[in-house]
Amino acid sequence: MTSTREAYGAALVELAEQYDFYVMDADLAKATQTVHFSKKYPERFLDMGIAEANLIGFAAGMSTFGTPVFASTFAAFAAGRAYDQVRNTLAYSNCNVKIGATHAGVLIGADGGSHQCIEDIALMRAIPTMTVLCPCDSRETRACVKAALEMHGPVYLRFGRLGTPEVYDKDESFTFEIGKGHCVREGSDLTIIAIGDMVSRSLEAAEKLAQRGISARVVDMASIKPIDEALILRCAAETGCFVTAEDHNVLGGLGSAVSEVLAKHSPCPVEMVGVQDRFGRSGEPAGLAEAYGLTAPVIEEAAVRVLERKKARG
Amino acid sequence: MRLQYSEAQLRLMAEKLRLDMVDSMHEAGSGHPGGSLSIAEIMSVLYFHEMNVDPKNPQWEERDRFVLSKGHAAPAYYAALAERGYFDVALLKTLRKIDSILQGHPDCKKVPGVDISTGSLGQGISVACGMACAAKKKGSSVRVYCVLGDGEIQEGQVWEAAMSAGHYKLDNLVAFLDNNNLQIDGSVDHVMSVYPVKEKFEAFGWRVIELDGNDIGQILSALELARATCGKPTLLLGKTTKGKGVSFMENQAGWHGSAINDEQYETAMKELRERYAQAEKGCVAQ
Repeated sequence: MTSTREAYGAALVELAEQYDFYVMDADLAKATQTVHFSKKYPERFLDMGIAEANLIGFAAGMSTFGTPVFASTFAAFAAGRAYDQVRNTLAYSNCNVKIGATHAGVLIGADGGSHQCIEDIALMRAIPTMTVLCPCDSRETRACVKAALEMHGPVYLRFGRLGTPEVYDKDESFTFEIGKGHCVREGSDLTIIAIGDMVSRSLEAAEKLAQRGISARVVDMASIKPIDEALILRCAAETGCFVTAEDHNVLGGLGSAVSEVLAKHSPCPVEMVGVQDRFGRSGEPAGLAEAYGLTAPVIEEAAVRVLERKKARG
Repeated sequence: MRLQYSEAQLRLMAEKLRLDMVDSMHEAGSGHPGGSLSIAEIMSVLYFHEMNVDPKNPQWEERDRFVLSKGHAAPAYYAALAERGYFDVALLKTLRKIDSILQGHPDCKKVPGVDISTGSLGQGISVACGMACAAKKKGSSVRVYCVLGDGEIQEGQVWEAAMSAGHYKLDNLVAFLDNNNLQIDGSVDHVMSVYPVKEKFEAFGWRVIELDGNDIGQILSALELARATCGKPTLLLGKTTKGKGVSFMENQAGWHGSAINDEQYETAMKELRERYAQAEKGCVAQ
């Protein structure tokens, strides 16, 4: 299985033939996978050393000369450590910089709570003009990177560390558009909206739910900001309740973004699967998924709960 | 294009910028007079002698770039841009007002001639480094200028940026350090000493030129030396006077960010008009 960070590294190399851009890193090129680009295009790559604030500012300055820049590091350092640089230099100036943030969420594993960034979506989507994307597999990652390149302005790209099942590998007609979600499984009783590694886990849950006679729709909401309001509202009208699933704090992340749309236009029951406002800790990814409730069975239970709530409403 | 104002004309322009900025800050009822007044000379020299810019075409690709890393000195920046012809001087009176392009700190989306937004200290110098690096990578002769505050260099990011400028040998980058030795809470050496500055920057691979940062002639000479420097960024370590030109503001930390009341405004403008008249005599004599 390929991780979205590996797909990111491959996409940079592939797209470099067609598009002009720089890639920058902060001493994590092997981990973020920008190392492949750096080897093939050394003249278009800059390592800034362990200095993330300068990484973002330097990238912003580079971008003002007309060539977009991908600035890569771990999510914890891009969105967390360099938050003010992202806000004040990059976004406030509307610089054409794409932040390639890898190792997001608690599922990164053994590095522990200091490195398990569970608040980056909340931070990034609260910045005006910022686009926030979180793809779920290789094909979607490549499409997100390309879409980010083709628009002008700041984009936060969120990637995971773990290998993750392919969702779109058999979908030759797959297209990605910023602001559009994908319905990856049809269903009529409830809608599960997921991002990143949680999309394939949601599909697993939907399969189990089907065995229990529950028809769960699964939506991949890689475009977290702008979010696909029309799709969410259509799902609200057609299924009447939601489970959201994310490897991120349930405060301020995907669950919040979906709930904001529903609260405004079409209130209905929502159960949020995600990190329940706790810091991460070291461990094997599988053990962490259990400990933090990021598994298919947890999504399944949430689906049953939300259906009960829907029924109680009548 | 580079203007070639004489030393006397540059001195006169510096005084004009002071009149403009005090006028705009009085109108605004807030702003940062001290650190704006201290950089009048460097702004005059950059915009009326050193920098290759075209106010009629603010996005011209081959323009030299300027980054006001100490973004709170925006009144000095706006005065220089207006006098250079980027926008109407009358707009200076809209400083900090709702719907004005002239925000409390520079916003590049609104002001023609502003290449990057600044205000959160320590960030502009990184941007300037990135610009200088992009220019070099493109084989362009564009030069990049940055004005830093001395309190500002307490920000760790400044040293990350300084390291990268030395590492990437950004000899098309010139940073001017407005070393007036005052910050909001008192003198820089008392609040959190940044000294020695020269040795620090040299250790990061910079050429450092010490000068009187309020002396037009010394600024001109230092910029010439910077142009001739290969393989290193240049720091102009300018000793300046905070609040320069207004007697009751000079060397007073309290004037970092205080409003100018009507009475103070009259006194300040009287003094600045006298300085302007003196500078005008210098031009005529020449």
